[in-house]
Amino acid sequence: MSVRHALLALLSEGPKYGFQLRQEFEEGTGDVWPLNVGQVYSTLQRLEHSGHIESDDTADDGPQKVFRLTEEGKSELHRWLSTPTDMASPPRDELVIKVLSALRVPGIDVYEVIQLHRRYLVELMQQWTHLKDDEADFDLAFALVVDAELSRLDSVIRWLDQAEGRLKRAELEPTGPSTAPRLRRRLVARR
Amino acid sequence: MSFLELRNISKSYGAGSTLVHALLDVSLSVDRGILVAVMGPSGSGKSTLLTIAGSLEEPTTGEVLIDGKSLASMSHNDKARLRRRTIGYVFQDFNLLSGLTALENVSLPLELDDMSARKARTLAMAALESIGIAERAGHFPDELSGGERQRVAIARAVVGERHLLLADEPSGALDSANGEAVMKMIRGACKQGVAAVVVTHDAHLASWADRVLFLKDGRIVDQTVPPPSAESLLAPTRTS
Repeated sequence: MSVRHALLALLSEGPKYGFQLRQEFEEGTGDVWPLNVGQVYSTLQRLEHSGHIESDDTADDGPQKVFRLTEEGKSELHRWLSTPTDMASPPRDELVIKVLSALRVPGIDVYEVIQLHRRYLVELMQQWTHLKDDEADFDLAFALVVDAELSRLDSVIRWLDQAEGRLKRAELEPTGPSTAPRLRRRLVARR
Repeated sequence: MSFLELRNISKSYGAGSTLVHALLDVSLSVDRGILVAVMGPSGSGKSTLLTIAGSLEEPTTGEVLIDGKSLASMSHNDKARLRRRTIGYVFQDFNLLSGLTALENVSLPLELDDMSARKARTLAMAALESIGIAERAGHFPDELSGGERQRVAIARAVVGERHLLLADEPSGALDSANGEAVMKMIRGACKQGVAAVVVTHDAHLASWADRVLFLKDGRIVDQTVPPPSAESLLAPTRTS
């Protein structure tokens, strides 16, 4: 998560105090990602150092210091927003590694490993979904964060469903040559 | 006491080498006010479970009780009355009668149960109002959007004194906003005291439930534990 760019986005609305930035960041993400004061001020210091923001030189460091976006900061913010977030390389996903490992470990039922995670993920989705029940105090930013979480968890469940289906089909089919070298070549070629 | 109870239900089709077990020793109980989701892939027995719970099909072995009464002890007519008065069904493809308006579709089960047309339509209109679609009451199904048709189907499923709602992939053909609206309506019905069972392969839908059961090859293999407060997901600790 880029706290740096989220702070630049808040400053694009106008000059703000440090404590105000922290408060607005948390409110804007539905209080899902709390920030501590130290993290806010060290990020602001780095942004100031790199020339993306500037502050009132006369005030001391602390809650009364006002920060504003520079032209450089504005172009950095626009560059960030118009550049796709890097999702090109498959992440080293612990769950995927766990399922692949379960296939090799004697005495471990890979389907049990899959179901354990499926249940856990559905339980997490239930918790998020039940927040939607009382939409009266549901602000837009929070609704977007909840939707993002639900979609992320759902996509993992879909992968587990696919993995289970694929493993079952593989049990019924004769073993063919491994596709690993081909997959590796393709992934390397894409980079 | 549970409003719906399935005790050790098994269902087989065919015989000998063509014998297929659709359900094996499934037990399930649902109280009024509770939404249970049954999740499983295609062919896991979800729809069979729902048709048996709704008395549309007989189990091979086991017992179904609705409001404490065993379906096995009921006559054909008693079961038909139970389906008209107590059980509401919602299907993925809505199953509305195309020659009837939205209002007539909702009032039909009440009129079939010998209620006066006037009273049935008053109750039907109240059901359409409760889900925010009263202004479409005079329209025919083909004049309604998918989301509106499913809302009418839900109104039909909960109209009158229905206490059990059974839904088979109720938002399967809808976009996510309409799907969410459908699940909110089902939860709304539960808050009014309806016991509901939704079968689905979709985790988004299942996550609206109080309890999720996982069905695999005709057996319930797992279930969620009641979720802790959702507050635990939010802003765990602040270090300042």
